[in-house]
Amino acid sequence: MAPAPRFSRITLALGALGSALVVFLLLPIVGLVSGTSFADARAGLRHPLVAPALELSLVTTALSVTLVVVLGTPLAWLVARTPGRAARWLESSLKLPVVLPPAVAGLGLLLAFGRASALGGLLARFGLSVPFTTAAVVLAQVFVAAPFYVEAAIAAFRRLDTSLLVIARTLGASPVRVLFRVALPLAAPGLLSGAALCWARALGEFGATLMFAGSLAGRTQTLPLAIYAALESDLRAARSLSLVLVVVAFALLVAVQSAERASTRSGAEHD
Amino acid sequence: MSLRSARRALLLCCFVTLAASGGCGTKPKAGAHPELTVFAAASLREVFTALARRFEALRPGTHVVLSFAGSQTLRSQIEHGAPADVFASADERHMTALAAEGHVTAPKFFAQNELVVAVSRAGASSVREFRQLPDATRIVLGAPEVPVGEYTRRALEQANADLGADFQARVEAHVVSREPDARQVLAKVALGEVDAGIVYRTDALAAKDKVVIVPMPAAYNVLAKYPVAVTTHAPRAELGRAFVELLFSPEGARVLAESGFLPVTGAKADAR
Repeated sequence: MAPAPRFSRITLALGALGSALVVFLLLPIVGLVSGTSFADARAGLRHPLVAPALELSLVTTALSVTLVVVLGTPLAWLVARTPGRAARWLESSLKLPVVLPPAVAGLGLLLAFGRASALGGLLARFGLSVPFTTAAVVLAQVFVAAPFYVEAAIAAFRRLDTSLLVIARTLGASPVRVLFRVALPLAAPGLLSGAALCWARALGEFGATLMFAGSLAGRTQTLPLAIYAALESDLRAARSLSLVLVVVAFALLVAVQSAERASTRSGAEHD
Repeated sequence: MSLRSARRALLLCCFVTLAASGGCGTKPKAGAHPELTVFAAASLREVFTALARRFEALRPGTHVVLSFAGSQTLRSQIEHGAPADVFASADERHMTALAAEGHVTAPKFFAQNELVVAVSRAGASSVREFRQLPDATRIVLGAPEVPVGEYTRRALEQANADLGADFQARVEAHVVSREPDARQVLAKVALGEVDAGIVYRTDALAAKDKVVIVPMPAAYNVLAKYPVAVTTHAPRAELGRAFVELLFSPEGARVLAESGFLPVTGAKADAR
């Protein structure tokens, strides 16, 4: 039994370090929650900015995450399965939107899709214009949030045991069948947590949206933009709005996590 | 696990926290270089930067630290103990609230700002005067929650009497975004993504190489009044008062006028 105390001492030290971070990360959220009474929260929910902004946030982030998953999964699969420098360069460049300040990302989107751009000019010929529309909100979210999913998906596909894929092929499964029946179910937990992170980033998106889509209630004003608008006039309303955002985000993240656990379990059963 | 190891871990935790928070102190150093901290509304950026340089030239060795943000943000920071010596607001309400809470004393109005229409180069052919504003394809305004948006709403309402009862509605039919501050409105006009936006004269002047300024008639223009005050707990109250004096000096008035601010007429100067 000699090693036991040493082990728990280390655990204790690690626990102390870890809890310092937990306290730091949760303190601002506790501040938001504890300073808001139940009556304040209810008044906040009834604030005229809330309902359209919440609905818009849920609809646009659902669309964004769907787009990212549909386009990002094949991309991640290809990058993960392609050896060589080109794939690694591509992987690094896909992370760029994460380091760009969001307002700069929004400016970039305006320069790419705006009136002055070649693409914008082309779209204008068909009577289409992207900036300041709900579509622009979705594009801004996809731009800033996609790397979080793609990165997680590449890692999940890389972790796959390649021998399983080879065996499936030798047993006569087509490449498509291998992807859908073997690779995707095995990578599912990783893909799900990537999608959750991507969704969370899209939900909190502010800077790029403001620059590229503007802020108009019911059309482009998402919850973070509504909070910012309320911040200027009524701090209490802004706090209750923030609370709504925190609760919605937490509920959805918990739901994704339980789905992730379920898929890990079913993955284990397949083994 | 022993009590001793628990204590050691706790100590380690404290040490890490201390090490991480070290160097974050904001107390001014009592050295040879006195430092004045000025919190000012975002629309004062250019003019206060110029005034701060002037102040430093008048008092060699003094250093002015400027912090620009929305008036509400600055107010919250002061309420939570930010070490500001001087607060200059673009909105009377926030100054009045701070005075009522005892955070500032004796605020005074030092400048006024009027609204203008900033028109992009592309929109310049369709909007030559204020009454043509509804001819712009895309318009951005300030959000109703922020001062510039509130003043814009009042101005458009007053314009209805002169330019037709549906003038405000005709303008709002073209509004594609309501921005959280005047600078965001201006940025979109300057980029040419929208044809016109309503901003403060001083903002439009700061970007006059990218936008065309169309004045708004005085009959329905709304003036934004800027109050300034030294904070109650100012670490450098003496310097703070000197900076406020500079604002009211002939030289301060000249710098403010050059940036497009309007003077405050004598009797109305007390912000209470």
